Parts: sequence; structure tokens; C-alpha cells
Amino acid sequence: MRPSLIVRVGVLALLVAFVTQPESFAWAFEPLTRNGQPAIYTQNSLINLTLSHLAIVAVATVCATLLAVGLAVLVTRPFGAEFLPLSRAIANLGQTFPPVAVLALAVPVLGFGTGPTLVALFLYGLLPILENALTGLTTLPPAVTEAARGVGMTGWQRLLDVELPLATPVILAGIRLSVVISVATATIGSTVAASTLGEVIIAGLLTNNVAFIAQGGLVVGIIAVLIYDALTGLEASLLQRTGQRRPA
Amino acid sequence: MRRATSPEAPEVSAIATTARSRLPFDKLGVLIAAMAGSAAFLPFATFRVNRIVLGEGRALFAALPFGEAAFLAIAIAAGIVLAVSKTPARWRLAVSLAILVALCVAIGHASTFLTPPGDRMARVSPGSGFWLSIFAFALLAADAIVRLKLAPIVRIGILAAVALFLALLLASGTLSDLSILREYANRGDTFWREARTHLALALGSLAVAVVAGVPLGIVLHGRRGWRAPVLSVLNVIQTIPSLALFGLLIAPLAWLAANVPLAAALGISGIGAAPAMVALFAYSLLPVVANTVVGLDNVPPAADDAARGMGMTDWQRLVGVQLPLSFPVILTSIRIVLVQNIGLATVAALIGAGGLGVFVFQGIGQSAMDLVLLGAVPTVALAFVAAVVLDATVEMASTRSARRGRD
Amino acid sequence: MVEIDDLTKDYAARRVVDGVSFTVGDGEIAAVVGPSGSGKTTLLRMINRLIEPSSGSVRIDGKDTRAVPPHVLRRGIGYAIQGYGLFPHRTVAQNIATVPRLMGWARARIDARVDALLDLFQLPAAEFRHRMPNSLSGGQQQRVGVARALAAEPNVLLMDEPFGALDPIIRTKAQSDLLAIQRRFGTTIIVVTHDIEEAIHLGSRIAVLDAGKLVQYATPADVIARPATPLVAELIGGDRPFRLLSLGKVVDLVEAGPASGEPIRADASLRDAYAELLWTRRDVLPVIDATGTVVGRIRRDAITVRAGAPS
Repeated sequence: MRPSLIVRVGVLALLVAFVTQPESFAWAFEPLTRNGQPAIYTQNSLINLTLSHLAIVAVATVCATLLAVGLAVLVTRPFGAEFLPLSRAIANLGQTFPPVAVLALAVPVLGFGTGPTLVALFLYGLLPILENALTGLTTLPPAVTEAARGVGMTGWQRLLDVELPLATPVILAGIRLSVVISVATATIGSTVAASTLGEVIIAGLLTNNVAFIAQGGLVVGIIAVLIYDALTGLEASLLQRTGQRRPA
Repeated sequence: MRRATSPEAPEVSAIATTARSRLPFDKLGVLIAAMAGSAAFLPFATFRVNRIVLGEGRALFAALPFGEAAFLAIAIAAGIVLAVSKTPARWRLAVSLAILVALCVAIGHASTFLTPPGDRMARVSPGSGFWLSIFAFALLAADAIVRLKLAPIVRIGILAAVALFLALLLASGTLSDLSILREYANRGDTFWREARTHLALALGSLAVAVVAGVPLGIVLHGRRGWRAPVLSVLNVIQTIPSLALFGLLIAPLAWLAANVPLAAALGISGIGAAPAMVALFAYSLLPVVANTVVGLDNVPPAADDAARGMGMTDWQRLVGVQLPLSFPVILTSIRIVLVQNIGLATVAALIGAGGLGVFVFQGIGQSAMDLVLLGAVPTVALAFVAAVVLDATVEMASTRSARRGRD
Repeated sequence: MVEIDDLTKDYAARRVVDGVSFTVGDGEIAAVVGPSGSGKTTLLRMINRLIEPSSGSVRIDGKDTRAVPPHVLRRGIGYAIQGYGLFPHRTVAQNIATVPRLMGWARARIDARVDALLDLFQLPAAEFRHRMPNSLSGGQQQRVGVARALAAEPNVLLMDEPFGALDPIIRTKAQSDLLAIQRRFGTTIIVVTHDIEEAIHLGSRIAVLDAGKLVQYATPADVIARPATPLVAELIGGDRPFRLLSLGKVVDLVEAGPASGEPIRADASLRDAYAELLWTRRDVLPVIDATGTVVGRIRRDAITVRAGAPS
């Protein structure tokens, strides 16, 4: 096994061990506590918070991907071409909206809880995916799209057999960006009462308990990095599989 | 990291021109008409007896004196007709901006009209109908701007005009009965202090990141072996959620403050500005360093060779040729970082660093949505302005360096 | 047979192709040449309706191309382009099988056809079937591109600068290979090129386009000998006598009579024979056939007359 893989598996194992058996790690966080504060957050089980955090991100990302790729396909067809420049501008400028602001603005409309966080993640998550899907679908090698038409593929056949497969690595890069932002925004979502790992950090901030802050931060940080890493690897292998990068 | 927007594929643009000429109406116009049309059935303003209770919607004709409501309705109807028919982009821009102005003035009047005289508790805020109309015509304006392919300086001009108009509108007191400005009136001093803190966090961390990141990028450009490890560390940092990174810095900084007298003397402590600055700085490094490396890599080898051939020293080459040619790419990273930091600085309020996020999270805590808006709206506006201005600057810088490259 | 009749394409105010008519007979190769912007690619793309003509018509084997939907039409016409346009996410075999699969051929038939084509293009099937396009050299990619275009056994093959990206040596070989394959299948080919040398080498007829108009459509010898316009003359360049000689074969001018010294083969070009005469300071060369038997001689005077301007 390659050393990098061993590190990844090790970190993942440690993460799983911690969220399932946090009490066994109390010794590590005790030095951070003061005046007999609890070392491990117990109001809510870490494993539940983790799963809920991941579920929110997953649902938002899947919905955002479906809609964003659908929109990108639509505006890159002749029928929707009129919307292409505007879609680019929206995807670009929309991303200047701070994700926190999107979250905050969702609250007046949707109230507190997991709902507004999910909607905020979904709305914001659309943009990087849309931007990359547009890039992917409009920068295909001209000779390839020309050949696809020239051999007599219909519009659908070109989309499904040529354009989408070739754009997938670029779209995946957008999804990766979207997921990273979503994991972070979901963390802040606990301030509007969404059930996520941010709850541990916020509890630590409110009670001045550095141990809570550190364990919450570590778990979220490691999850984010592991997901990012996995998606980067997937992207690289897809690039290679779709023949867009020479095998190393 | 943001990928540079690619030029339109020729085939798609060819389709775009033919598609636009075939139909008798404008497709985006139809979408805008649908939005603006349905906005007519939604409340134009929301009235609440005080800042906490649930609001009740007021339709356009209930929110304004008849004459003004009728005027606005006619203006919007005219805007819809213009949007649906195939009209020159210049007209579309002018009319959409005029309607946006009318909407802003009208919502101010509505708040005065709906507030019982002398009532300091009642709150009037824009309703969903107002927001949907604003969104529809902002979309129309944006589309017109995109279609016109305006020069960067003109785009900045339009932005400045809009900002000036909003400033005048705020100064005139037209909007002062709106709920968000009622919140502002209650905490005018705090608002400006937090706004300054917000900017100081965002710009300060950016400045430090540029001072540290550009030289680091230059070093990495020369030493390919160091590139992958340094960039992957920066990448990992960029991936850590903001709240987590802010939190993770608290313990080490608190330890530093407790054990290093100098650190404490400098005002470093576990919570507050110190962890916020460090975290924002860390987030800013990746774009700056990566873009510096990319910018230097993309310097045309011929230009570099010519400089070497003319006997320039390494330092002269760097300052006279390589950095000027990679300037647009580095500037792009500054755009990315500034927009990103303006957003992230909001989160810093959670660790006691201040900034506009204070209002957002206080508002959330008190269920006072007007207060949330007082923090969120300026943040969004700041980020938006930073993006538009820097995008335009990057565009100007890259055309200039392209022109220079050609001569 | 491809009949192009009064084909015209307008873009906004610009007429890119202007009333072009010509006919390419069965098994012929028509080479379309012209300066860049003369409308040659647009003309080619109108034949398989990648671009819809503004007016005029195209008939293939007597059938109007507008009689079937464009994608169905294209499946029946081979199409090979500069840059090859191989699908990078598909193997060589999958690339070649594209059109047969679109046409719903049976699996076994597709496999057999792919293997046959790979062998024909000197790409051993066992080695190349599962390779990805980006692992091939430029020349190999070009061959796969043409193999893909020929996979469904089309009667007509359209080619747009098919050898444009190849270096000169591979290019000459690819041209000869194409001629050999064309003779074997009897495919009618229309090839667009900016290279007059290539047009002369490949074309049974050359169509010269200038600013959207067809200014000459004739055999290579005719185009060289009697250029219709100054532009055509300029395209051919100053070495017209040598171009003419390279079209002729020694066998055309062989006569009875004695000659001595190193012989030349009857299937060599007149240009080679002339070069040999000059280089060895002789006036006559003995001519031999493929078996090495002397069949006569060739005189320098006869070649000079042949290379002269037509009277």
C-alpha cells in the first residue's frame, strides 16, 4: 500500500473512532478545559450530528447538481442559447454573495431549523456547479463536437455520448467546490438551529469551552479535507479514463 | 479556486445569434414578465406592529396612495412590454434602471404611508412582491449590460451612479421609515464601527497575504520541487470550514497569549481579532500564491529570453518583465480573496472579532430579521462592489498587458 | 455520384458560397482548393448539411440530400476532418464503430468491420483496438479518423484538410494510403485542401474556389496547363512545367530506339526522368519495365515539348 493511502485510511479510521466513541478520547481534550468543564460534548451524540451534517450537504449537493447541470445543458442548446451570457454573469456574480449572507437571508423567509440551511446550501451550491458545467459544455474540443455532428449523431446522442462525458471532470470540479462551501456553511447553519457539527463549536464558544471548540473544529475540518481529497482523486481518475490526460 | 471564464465557443455564439433572430419575442423577457407579473399578486410591503411579531402583507395599492401605486403599476407594465418585445439593449438597460429607481423610491414612500404617524414601534419592510420585482428588473438590467458588452470603465461608471443614487436616497430620508433603517437609527454608531472593523479584517488580511504570498509565489516559481507540497498544504487550509478554522486557532493563540508576554502585549488573545486575522490570512494565501505561480509560468518564454539576452539581471527581469506580465493574474487572485474575505469576516463575529456579522448573529439570536438584514445587506453590497470593480480592473489590466505584449 | 447544383450560402450580408455547381463522378476524387476564406469548407459542410444551404441543391447518387433528416444523411456519408475529432473518452475500436453502432449493426458485424479496417490501415487490431486516442501518434490518429469515416461503407467520403496536421513525410505516405484505399473501395471522395500539391496528387479533378465562386473545375493537367484565372495560375505557382511533368509517366513518351547507361523504369514520373537526364548529362535514357526488360527509350526533347506551354 502506498504511504499516502495509509495516511488517508488512518485519518478516516481515527475520525470514525472519535465520532462513535468520543468518550475514549476525553484524555486528549481534558488539558483544554478549565474549572472542571466537560471535555467531550454530550448534549447530542457526535455520530448523529455528523450524519445529519453529511446528509444536509449530500441532499443539497445532489439537488444542486441536478438543477445546475440541467440548466447548463438547457442554455447550451440552441433553444436556450439566448440565456447563456446571462447565466454566466449570474453564476459569476452570484458567487460574490457570501454563503453566510445567503444563510442569514433564508431565515426571514423560511424560519429556523434545518430547512433554511438546506435551502441556502442548495441555492449557493448551484453556482459553482453551474459555472463549471457551462465551462465544461462550451469548451469541448471543436474538432470533437464537429465530428460528433458529422458522423450523424442526433442532439441527444451528442449530449449523452460525447458532451456530458467529456464535461464530467470539469463539472465534478464544480461539485467539489460546492461541497467544500456546503460543509462550511452547514457548520454555520447550527446558528440557525440546523442540526450539524457546528453545534459543538457554537456550544464551546457560548460556554467558553475550548475543548468543545477544538473537537468540533477538528471533526468538521477533517471531514471537509477527506471529502475534498476523495473528490480530487475521483476527478483525476475520470480525467484519465475519459482520455483527457495522458496516463502518468 | 475560481477558474478563469473561458471565451465563448464559436459554435455556441453562432447559435445564439441565429436563435435570437428567429422568434418574434424575447425569451428572457417572457421569464421577466412572468416574475414581474406574479409579483403583482404578492405583498408589496409587510407591516408589523413591532419588530418581533409576524408581519401581514400589503398589496401595492394598499401600500401606497392610489396615484403613486397606479404610476408604478403602469411603469412596470411598460417595462414588461419592453422586456418581452425585441428592443435594443440600450433601451432595456435605461428602462430597467428607471424602474428599479421607481421601486426604491416607492418602497420608501410605502413605509411612510403605512406607518401610523408618531408610531416608533411599527415596522414596515419590503414584501416578497417588491423583492421579486427588484430581482426581475435587476435581471433585465444585468442581461442588457451583458448584451451591450460594456467597457469595464463604463461598468464601473454605472455602479458608481447606482451607489450615488442609493446614497442620496438614504440621505434624503425617503427610506428612513423602513424597518432596516429603523434598526440602523437605533445603532448608528455601532454600525459604522462594525463596518470599519469588517473592512479592516478583510483588507488587512488581504494586504498581509499579498505581502507574504507574492514573494512565496516567486520562490515556488523558481523551485518546482517545493511547489506541490506548499500548494497542497494551502489547499488543505482553504478546505477547512471557516468556523472550524476560527475555532481551531483559539486554543493555540490563547496559549501564546498566556505564555508569551510579547504576544499578550500586542493584544493577541484566544478570541477576537487575532484568530480572525490569522484565519483570513491563511485562507487568502492559496489564491495569491497559486496565481502568482501561474502568472509567472505564463510569461511568454520569448519575452523572458529577450530580457535575458539584453543582459537584464534576475532582479531586473523579475521587476521589469515577469511581474508586470503576470500582474492581471495576480490581480485576479486579489479579487477572489477580497470577495471571499468580505464574506468570511462575517463569520468572525462568532469568535468575538466584530464586523457586520455581529448584527447578523445578534439578529438571529433575537429573531429580529431586520437586524439580520442590517448586517447581511451591507456585506452583500460590499462583496458585490468589490467584485464588479476588481473584475473591471482585471479586464483593463489584461487588455493593457495584451496590447503591450503585441507592440 | 455527387451532383452539386447552384449551391449558395449567405451569412447576413456576406455571400460565402456563390452559385457553385459541379459533379463528381463515381469513384472520382474531387480536390477543392482555394485561398483561405474562399468558402471551400462551407461548401463541403453543405454537402452533408452540417451547414444548411441558402439555396441550391445537392444530389447523392441521384437522391436529393434534403429527402432525409440531416443526421440520417450524415450516417451515410463519411466525414474526416483536420484534427481528426476522435472521441477522447472512447477506445480506437469504439471510435471506429461509431457510425455502424448508430445504424444499429449487429455486434459481430461491427467487430469484424473494425478489425478489418484496423488491418487495412496498418494498425494491428490486437494492439490498437483498446488503445485510447491520446496514446496514438498524429499519423495513427489520422488513420483512425479515416477508418471511422469509412466504417459504415459509405459511397461518398468528405474530407476537410485531413492531412493538415501531419509532418511532410507522414503526409505523403498518408496520401498514398488514401489513394490505395480509394481504389479498393471505389469511394467517391471530395477533399478540401489549401495545398495545391496535395490537390494535384490526389484529385482526379480539381475545383478551384475564389471568393465563393467556382472559377475552374478540371483535371489537374488542365488546371496546370490552362489556368482559368490569374488566381489559379498564382495558386499553381511558377514551377508549372515541373508540376506537369510530375503528372506524366515515362511510359507516355517511350519510343523505340537505342540508348545507353543507367535505365529508368516506365512507371517513373517524367519529372524524375528529366532530373535523371540533367544530372547524368545525357539526351536519352533506356526505359525498362517492372521485370527489368528494356522496352525502349525516352528523349529529353520529347519531355521538353511535353513541359512547354500548350499551343
